[in-house]
Amino acid sequence: MAYSDKVLDHYNNPRNVGSFSKEDPDVGTGVVGAPECGDVMKLQLKINDNGVIQDARFKTFGCGSAIASSSYVTELVKGKHIDEAMAIKNTVIVKELNLPPVKIHCSVLAEDAIKAAIADWKTRKGAVADRKIEPSRAAGSGE
Amino acid sequence: MVKLPIYMDNHATTPVDPGVLEAMLPYFTTKFGNAASRNHSFGWEAEEAVDAARNQVAGLIGGKAKEIIFTSGATESDNLAIKGVVEFYKEKGNHIITCVTEHKAVLDSCRALERQGKATVTYLPVDKYGMVDPDDVRRAITEKTVLISIMYANNEIGTIHPIREIGRIAKEKGIIFHCDAVQAVGKIPVDVEADGIDLLAMSGHKIYGPKGIGALWVRSRGPRVRLAPIIDGGGHERGMRSGTLNVPGIVGFGKACEIAKAGMAEEAARLTDLRNKLQAGLFERLDEIYLNGHPTERLPGNLNLSFAYVEGESLLMGISDVAVSSGSACTSATLEPSYVIRALGINEELAHSSIRFGLGRFNTEEEVDYVTERITREVRRLRDMSPLYEMAKEGIDLKSVQWKAE
Repeated sequence: MAYSDKVLDHYNNPRNVGSFSKEDPDVGTGVVGAPECGDVMKLQLKINDNGVIQDARFKTFGCGSAIASSSYVTELVKGKHIDEAMAIKNTVIVKELNLPPVKIHCSVLAEDAIKAAIADWKTRKGAVADRKIEPSRAAGSGE
Repeated sequence: MVKLPIYMDNHATTPVDPGVLEAMLPYFTTKFGNAASRNHSFGWEAEEAVDAARNQVAGLIGGKAKEIIFTSGATESDNLAIKGVVEFYKEKGNHIITCVTEHKAVLDSCRALERQGKATVTYLPVDKYGMVDPDDVRRAITEKTVLISIMYANNEIGTIHPIREIGRIAKEKGIIFHCDAVQAVGKIPVDVEADGIDLLAMSGHKIYGPKGIGALWVRSRGPRVRLAPIIDGGGHERGMRSGTLNVPGIVGFGKACEIAKAGMAEEAARLTDLRNKLQAGLFERLDEIYLNGHPTERLPGNLNLSFAYVEGESLLMGISDVAVSSGSACTSATLEPSYVIRALGINEELAHSSIRFGLGRFNTEEEVDYVTERITREVRRLRDMSPLYEMAKEGIDLKSVQWKAE
């Protein structure tokens, strides 16, 4: 099976590979897939207080199409508001990378990774917000 | 400088040896006769060539020339052996014993017979090296067993089964023993008499012969094995395989067998050295790589490795100038890794990380060096990109993680 030029480009020159510190309160981390299925994607989004995605990093265990899907997604979400990012459908990824039918699951996984990362950020921000309203902590919070 | 791309997938197919091609060429043009034409010199010439090839093929496995049935390849040979025996001996029984890591030509022939209600099949497990236990074969035998079908050596992991012991059990119990010997013939010594084999499938293109030609060797004495044909027609090949003989293919196949036999010991030693060099080179450079298959009872040119935390197909994509094969059948619709690798009981993630190297007659030491470096570089790059490698390095037990699969 031949790969599309765009899949090859992302595979050979993946964008935004790496990790942010999980301790960073602005970072949401989504890990989706499972090793026994042959695909695991970790997507991290750095999101500011206005809900705008400032930066993204990924690491992926999977076939070339899975790597390309996650690489493309890091470019796609940057600068978007989380509400816009939540609305991204896998079909956008399929179209951009010209994925064949057997590789559509890679794009689904990438879509899931965006949602998981944002959900994680919201949970963590919520936890921080909860702490903020605690009187004893509110004074000390510098955020 | 090595010439690229490098072909290191010789279990899938092999290039035609120049000597083989040369032997074949006249049979496309001047010596084009039909081997079944009995009344002119064109036919006689073709028949003579086929007879010579029959001798060459039989000579490689210790059989007799008249016991060779030429077919279109090993898939047809396996079909003929299994379906032919079950049909012919249906009054005697209907039980087949085979094993889970057989080639699809054997497994799917068995499944077809099951589906049609013509046979019941026992699929024996293998140990962690992919080897069948002869005692399991013995225990699986029933009064209804008419056929044991175990391959000589596995096409993915190279494991060589204890064929001689299985042959002995089959003889003792009076059961026909079919052996798919596609990967073993011409690579390691195969002797149908000493091994106690009754039916043996072989293929031309795995031994530097042409594609589209193979053979089924059928024991003629002690005992004589009978088969019901699966292709009917003009009664060629003693009625067991009708159809005009593929004379150029047969001539090439015969020549390939002759060459393989003459150089077998030397070639096996050379390929074992190259294989060991490749294996040692990769183990020196990379951590967490694992050998699939038997450490010693293995085909000379075979090396099947799992590179932990790296998915096999992505690795193949990264080494696009090297032709090897991945056990992660991610391109198939099932998204499941190879059934052979899974049968070894290794974890699924490692099954997705397996790569098969198949060294052959035309591979060189320079190529092995190149492939070693190429694989090392790409595995390192992909591990830097792998969340699993990162987690493992952080000391997280991947088995303890609750994965959110699709």
